[in-house]
Amino acid sequence: MAHAAAPADAAPIAAALPETRDTKALHRIVFIGLAVLLAVLPFGLYPVFLMKVLCFALFALAFNLLLGYGGLLSFGHAAYFGMASYVSAYAAKNWGVTPEIAILAGTLTAALLGLAFGALAIRRQGIYFSMITLALAQMVFFFSLQAKMTGGEDGIQAVPRGRLFGLIDLSDDRVLYVLVALIFFGGLLLIYRIIHSPFGQVLKAIRDNEPRAISLGYRTTRYKLAVFVLSTTLAGLAGATKAIVFQLASLTDVHWSMSGEVVLMTLVGGMGTVFGPIAGSFVIVAMENYLAEFGAWVTIIQGCVFVVCVLVFREGIVGLVARKLRKPL
Amino acid sequence: MMTILGVPTQALFGQLLLGLINGSFYALLSLGLAIIFGLLNIINFAHGAQYMMGAFVAWMLLNYAGLGYWWALILAPLAVGLFGVVLERLLIARLYKLDHLYGLLLTFGLALIIQGLFRQQYGVSGLPYAIPPELSGGQRLPFMFLPNYRGWIVAFSLVICIVTWLVIEKTKLGAYLRAATENPTLVQAFGVNVPLLLTLTYGFGVALAALAGVLAAPVYSVNPNMGADIIIVVFAVVVIGGMGSILGSILTGFALGLVEGLTKVFYPEASATAIFVIMVVVLLVKPAGLFGKPA
Repeated sequence: MAHAAAPADAAPIAAALPETRDTKALHRIVFIGLAVLLAVLPFGLYPVFLMKVLCFALFALAFNLLLGYGGLLSFGHAAYFGMASYVSAYAAKNWGVTPEIAILAGTLTAALLGLAFGALAIRRQGIYFSMITLALAQMVFFFSLQAKMTGGEDGIQAVPRGRLFGLIDLSDDRVLYVLVALIFFGGLLLIYRIIHSPFGQVLKAIRDNEPRAISLGYRTTRYKLAVFVLSTTLAGLAGATKAIVFQLASLTDVHWSMSGEVVLMTLVGGMGTVFGPIAGSFVIVAMENYLAEFGAWVTIIQGCVFVVCVLVFREGIVGLVARKLRKPL
Repeated sequence: MMTILGVPTQALFGQLLLGLINGSFYALLSLGLAIIFGLLNIINFAHGAQYMMGAFVAWMLLNYAGLGYWWALILAPLAVGLFGVVLERLLIARLYKLDHLYGLLLTFGLALIIQGLFRQQYGVSGLPYAIPPELSGGQRLPFMFLPNYRGWIVAFSLVICIVTWLVIEKTKLGAYLRAATENPTLVQAFGVNVPLLLTLTYGFGVALAALAGVLAAPVYSVNPNMGADIIIVVFAVVVIGGMGSILGSILTGFALGLVEGLTKVFYPEASATAIFVIMVVVLLVKPAGLFGKPA
């Protein structure tokens, strides 16, 4: 494989637009706008639908942290999302812990799993990295299929939502929505902070030119592992929350098609944009909701969206807006 | 009854044979993936879907056109290979100047579309495809019963793999291919039509997958999901072997099939994950893969 690395202009990421002071102001406006939307939307849309969007948006944000800023395409993120969902559901149902402990347990599981798998996967680059993450996730899938704890084909059903901190009853969708919205917003702020920290700058340097970052003295594998674990942890947070919301953890969550879905959300919204995955997950979840009755057509349409996005719409929704505004979003 | 390590020889060799058959499919599929990746720099995620298409085309030839297994063995790879040529010309060729990951995403989308269409049309329960009469029955060997068709799969795949390897290593066309893998620009400067070479290579890799599909049709039921299940294992095989060597991918394919068969005998619960575990071990010990060159 003696090909030279792909030319720089072919990087998978929306061309880096310069960050200025107005950009910060713009981002602040976007954050405020999002917060207002989060507060207003439940009056117009079904809260369970919104919670689904938020869980997947957090999942896609976590995935995009790795792909868009670390330059690493993991094709097995369902493993972390799904395992966290199983552990959270199991803890809430069989140990009877409060929901925040269950979510924490799920998130921690995803972090540990991410540490183990990440350490393995970053030993190879590029396309091999994607194949390794996919294969490792498939291993998790088979484990979930066979293990007693996961309930096999049935999954873990009827998970109690419980009382937050033992005080606040979450069985009301509107109350739960507030919690999910807070988790989502917290996750988004954390990811924004990571991207704009010195750590994030080094990540971008590695993404754009790894040999150069190495020659500058950065231990790139440590940075890659760190961003991998951060990404899997947040993906786990999303999965663990999803298990509490839908009171269900099942094989769907660990299946490779889930890994594909999160890639699709990020692609549609805009890889390497901060806010893109949110738009992408809204579009994809809405599409799935409306097409649910058409069975296999959902897969076919998802496939078509993939093909169309890759061929003619690589920047994604938010990437397009950012280019029009000439500011990174 | 004879036993080895407490396992009846009949069962042991039966599983080993089954492993060898799976190994044949792994070898054919990873060979196609390696050839495509070598030249096009694209991981063909649709490889599993194209393997499934091979099996379906065989089934369609039999049920719609009355053409039996031997015709399918020739026509199905041709038809699916042609389909691959069209895909390459229309879609994949637009991505060569972009990062590799777009090729992966595009072919993943194609796999979803193909699998979805077949699922929509034929359901997921699987369609039967009979073993051709010439290959039914079997041989009674001293240590096991060998069904003729299973022996045929292993022998035929081995022949195809070796012929492919010889074509790549010993013929002029193969030399062009190897040269273009090393440096496409220079080969083009020498007057070789590299875009055509890319198209044909993709078509050939896809045809290999379809051929594996035809071989698999009588053993496994013809099912829209058959490709999705096998392709991830084949990815692991490719990671273990490394895609740098043609012979390497053939050997790794067969060997891993055998190992999987052995696991089925001694520890059946782990048989689905055996190859992934081996991948983990190889990554720890020899990160570049068994036949790969260190990056």
